[in-house]
Amino acid sequence: MGMTLAEKIIASAAGVESVRPGDIHTVELDLLMSNDGTTHLTIDMYRKLKHPRIADVNKLVWIVDHNMPSDSPKTAASQKKMRDFAREQGITFYEGRGVCHQIMMEHHVRPGQLIFGADSHTCAYGALGAFGTGVGCTDYLYAMVTGKSWVLVPESLRFNLTGRLKPGVTARDLILTIIGSIGANGANYKAMEFGGEGLKSLTMSDRIAVCNLCVEAGAKTALMEADEIALDYLSSRGRTPKAVFHADEDAVYAQTYEVNLSEIVPVVAKPHFVDQVVPAAQCVGTHIDEAFLGSCNNGRIEDLRAGAAVLKGRRVADSVRFLVVPASGEIYRQAMEEGLLTTFMEAGAIVMNANCSVCWGSCQGVIGEGETLISTGTRNFKGRAGHPGSFVYLASAETVTASAVAGEITTADRLPKLEG
Amino acid sequence: MGATYIEKLLRRNTGEQTAKAGDIVTARVDRVMIHDIFIPFVKDKFEEMGFTELWDPDRVVLIYDHLVPASQLDDPRHHKIGNEFAARYGLKHVHRSDGICHQLMTEAGYVKPGDVVFGTDSHTTTYGCVGAFSSGIGYTEMAAILGTGTLWVKIPETIKIVIDGVLPPHVASKDVILRIIGDLTAAGASYCALEFSGSAVESMTVASRMTMANMAIEAGAKCALFTPDEKTAAYCEIPVSPEWADFKGDEDADYLKTLHYQAEELVPVLACPSQVDKIRPVSELEGLEIDQVFLGSCTNGRLEDLQCAADIVRGKQVAPFVKFIVTPASRKIYLQALSDGTLATLADAGAIITHPGCGLCCGRTGGILTDGERVVATNNRNFLGRMGTSKVEIYLASPATAAASAVAGRITAAK
Amino acid sequence: MAETFSARVWVMGNDIDTDIVIPTEYLALKTVQDMTPYAFSPLRPELAGQIQPGDVIVAGSNFGCGSSREQAPEVIKALGVRAVIAGSFARIFYRNAINNGLLLIECPALCADVEDGDEITVEVGKSISCKGRRYPIGALPDNLLEIINAGGLVKAMRRRNGLEG
Repeated sequence: MGMTLAEKIIASAAGVESVRPGDIHTVELDLLMSNDGTTHLTIDMYRKLKHPRIADVNKLVWIVDHNMPSDSPKTAASQKKMRDFAREQGITFYEGRGVCHQIMMEHHVRPGQLIFGADSHTCAYGALGAFGTGVGCTDYLYAMVTGKSWVLVPESLRFNLTGRLKPGVTARDLILTIIGSIGANGANYKAMEFGGEGLKSLTMSDRIAVCNLCVEAGAKTALMEADEIALDYLSSRGRTPKAVFHADEDAVYAQTYEVNLSEIVPVVAKPHFVDQVVPAAQCVGTHIDEAFLGSCNNGRIEDLRAGAAVLKGRRVADSVRFLVVPASGEIYRQAMEEGLLTTFMEAGAIVMNANCSVCWGSCQGVIGEGETLISTGTRNFKGRAGHPGSFVYLASAETVTASAVAGEITTADRLPKLEG
Repeated sequence: MGATYIEKLLRRNTGEQTAKAGDIVTARVDRVMIHDIFIPFVKDKFEEMGFTELWDPDRVVLIYDHLVPASQLDDPRHHKIGNEFAARYGLKHVHRSDGICHQLMTEAGYVKPGDVVFGTDSHTTTYGCVGAFSSGIGYTEMAAILGTGTLWVKIPETIKIVIDGVLPPHVASKDVILRIIGDLTAAGASYCALEFSGSAVESMTVASRMTMANMAIEAGAKCALFTPDEKTAAYCEIPVSPEWADFKGDEDADYLKTLHYQAEELVPVLACPSQVDKIRPVSELEGLEIDQVFLGSCTNGRLEDLQCAADIVRGKQVAPFVKFIVTPASRKIYLQALSDGTLATLADAGAIITHPGCGLCCGRTGGILTDGERVVATNNRNFLGRMGTSKVEIYLASPATAAASAVAGRITAAK
Repeated sequence: MAETFSARVWVMGNDIDTDIVIPTEYLALKTVQDMTPYAFSPLRPELAGQIQPGDVIVAGSNFGCGSSREQAPEVIKALGVRAVIAGSFARIFYRNAINNGLLLIECPALCADVEDGDEITVEVGKSISCKGRRYPIGALPDNLLEIINAGGLVKAMRRRNGLEG
């Protein structure tokens, strides 16, 4: 019987011929990513071990991105603990260089790898055909000291993509639509596998956005075959695949969905769940106080270009704080080169250094009681971006930017046309 | 007998032609500045006092800078109250994310030579860089000014500071003012006006003068004054006024004291933890390991400061495990530094560049530190706990020293 | 103003800046009362809890240097501190304290002679007595006395605006 992409990667990591959903296997991990959200806790636990040692320090990548720059003595202390430990142990360490998942995609992830990340959005790595999954500190610690872990082989859901997205419709709209239709636990414990002709029309940036958000449907991981587009991205960054797997024709899926990209429309996820998805048109006119363009989901150069294209020749509404936060230092620099930062700054936006920012919701662009945010971030849970009595809408870069201009939720095509 | 600069400015403002140091006069206020931390308190006091309208909305500037971007749950409330206050009383000049108040007051043309200006921030002394009498006040007095347009002022005595000659390379106006504060001590100019003159001062840019006026408060001064000139006119985008010739103290004025400096003898210095007047030459601290560098603030976040740092880090990298945080002082400066490649150079060297605002200087976000960490910073205060816990060591320095230290990973002077 | 009171003292050093009196981190709390637990926290985190209403703070020179934050005198007043006696005061702090009706007394000699817990007796505008020694102190200028007599600047303005007799 055939295997899905997830099954093939686990089989390879476990050193066995084949695996089936429900099996538990001990696997060799390729990379272990951790960020300043929890690493200090991992270090505390590590220090309590009897004879602590790191199995293979080359597998560890530690990234400070959540509170950057630091906003309190407490976060500064967590980061210092992480920095000192990384320095002492020789762990690959990034600080202030951008959001962890974006850095992993730019510099570390290779197709065919099995990667643990101490962050739920680790499933983003599926865009390069790698099995990435989020774990807690205890699992992370075990993997750190043994180089191994156990994995329950997940069932897979198959999404066959056909057609193309229409102009003004983004991969963000696509994945929000899928989450809206299968529900916030629609893929619980499962792998979401994307394929089909339609995939070829999605750029690397689109693919990262899609895979990254799959955890919001409960998925354990998200996977796409590493095709020409993925391999071109990889080689342009001087990396080679570990292995390129293809799902077998006769692989078994718990369910298969047909998604016609041309039917997707701009959508918005309403407070307070990511699956409260409605066409953006239904929310037009909702007052906003803040807009956020950034995050591991939508802070790439393509997203900044899309936002800047909407903003060019317009101004951010006086009543709106519009935070623009590139997902990595490299993207920040590219946006500078392309004049996008100039466009944002001239229009009145707040441009920050690359970091998690508003999406993490505790150190930049915090929103107050009764306030409303429209965001390209990953989550709209109650209180995610500040006060428990605040509201977060999720939307695409275009919709967020258009809303920042209008001072209320709107789509780019609804903005008054520019003269000339 | 002649008059000091501040006596002349306050005579001009009040019409009291014989007023002198020690006299209490009622000043007519030309402009006021309120920032986001204090606007809720100003509003409450203003309304509690029974005022129903501003004496002149055109003279009031509201600037959000300490809490931009908002980092704590209480922050957005300040902006909400500010927005409501602006709407209710017809405020025309509101800056919500354009940079630091003191930078904007002169940069955006709110302050002109000869003006009398008050702000709810101690570094309001900054506007002396263009020859305005400006000083920091609390929110209760601000509320009273909003209603009346006046404030009582005791005309201060003056300390005259003359700096002649040419500053050596890599010695900045920041080093000069730090040295002066060290000599005067933190309370040495309490209640006084500082009057700056001399050929070194004349050859300084307005931006460099701004750094010095900004820090006058760190010696306790009520204000700092520079004589406006062609550079001031160009900066303020106004013609030179014949009146400016008299915007200086008379030779025979009654000065509390006069300090003379020869620019060639000055060296790069640092203010050591945790007092601004604990000044030592950089050469004595060379080699001390650091964790972070902060380039920014109303003291040293201007284009020339960023350019100076960029020249030093060009083609190099920030030391491993050291963070170099750059926060331009205003949106205009950010845009200028974008277009002339300064930000690109800084970013290529590994700097973390944030949106213009008070940032780390006001200690609410922007790179807060923890026990045992050491930071070199270009701002104005190194008080205990100012940037994190009380076990953080803050060294104040010029942009050149800061940038050189970021690359070296330890305290060093620019070579 | 010719009042006399006795009080227990808390002694602090020179250059007690406004970031020590109330750190920026707490400046956006809703009320000054909310800030009181954090008063003096960088230097003496336990002090705010020890100060009792009616106590007096004695310090060296340049008390209140630094920021224009009026929360500094307000938070001291909210702790119930009766007066601050220092060698000298920074300018903005001085104005802010007067405007809020917090009594400030300049007395350079006292700080070196007292320690935490000592009892002093203050005869406002005349002298301070402690451990058998007497320290002369000055009186406030008239224009400041007017503000204090009005009960602070807010009340003075209310009177101006016809809201109080």
